[in-house]
Amino acid sequence: MIMTRAFPILGILTGILLIYAMSIALNPVLHVGSLKLNGAPTEQTMGNVQRIFYYHVPSAWTAFILFFINFGASVYYLAKRTPTADIVALVSAEVGVVFCTIVLVTGPIWARPVWGIWWTWDLRLTSTLVLWLIYVSYLFLRRFSSSGQTPMLAAALAVLGALCVPFVYFSIWFFRTQHPQPVMGGGGSIDPRMLHVLLLNWLAFSCFAFLVCWSRFRLEKLQRDVDEAHAMRSLMDEPASASRSTR
Amino acid sequence: MSSNPYLFAAYAATWIIHIIYLATIKRRYARLKHEIDDLKK
Repeated sequence: MIMTRAFPILGILTGILLIYAMSIALNPVLHVGSLKLNGAPTEQTMGNVQRIFYYHVPSAWTAFILFFINFGASVYYLAKRTPTADIVALVSAEVGVVFCTIVLVTGPIWARPVWGIWWTWDLRLTSTLVLWLIYVSYLFLRRFSSSGQTPMLAAALAVLGALCVPFVYFSIWFFRTQHPQPVMGGGGSIDPRMLHVLLLNWLAFSCFAFLVCWSRFRLEKLQRDVDEAHAMRSLMDEPASASRSTR
Repeated sequence: MSSNPYLFAAYAATWIIHIIYLATIKRRYARLKHEIDDLKK
């Protein structure tokens, strides 16, 4: 109830945060009235195209977090069989796929001017594509299977899919790949101003993902209540039609 | 070579994907509202 009332306010605040984060990602220096806000500096080798990184990397981190939430909810569902855990698993996978799609779209757009190619069957790129395919198949299973065991089968698939997430993340740590090295840890380094913009964009995307998940959660819960009401109505109609036919 | 078109393409693609997804949620809400109205009849 509190969340329902707070939703529009949180939506406006998240919208402002997203616009501000995008502004400082795109502008080296942003002037807001008399305020001078330092944005991300232009990278010397790649130039402005490097700014794709402020959308690509936070989208990837958000997708990974959502896939881990999906994993946790799936394990909980397998243990306790609670419908709420099943809904959380479904919603986090769906929103995670949206963010993973953004990663797979923005990556090649960055690669074309920097590498000269849209795509290469590099370990990081290929494993990310496989991860995306696993979660898309998870959503297809949820959408098109009408078996009563679908949530359980999907939960088992989600557990397998989650095993792929650390592999995708650490693939650039342990293998030689064409993909740039990690920006934090793993021997990588980043200008503090760039890190600030990166983390701010991640915060904005995380807030946005939370609100989308919440909205989708309410929708799914409502859909299940309506389906239950339909089932109850058809059960109540059945004895009436049966008694009419026996007369 | 100017790489700005790629930068704007990436940002535009991100928001187009989000907007499409939000539109599907909105459509599903509208369909569900119809179902609820039918149930109330």
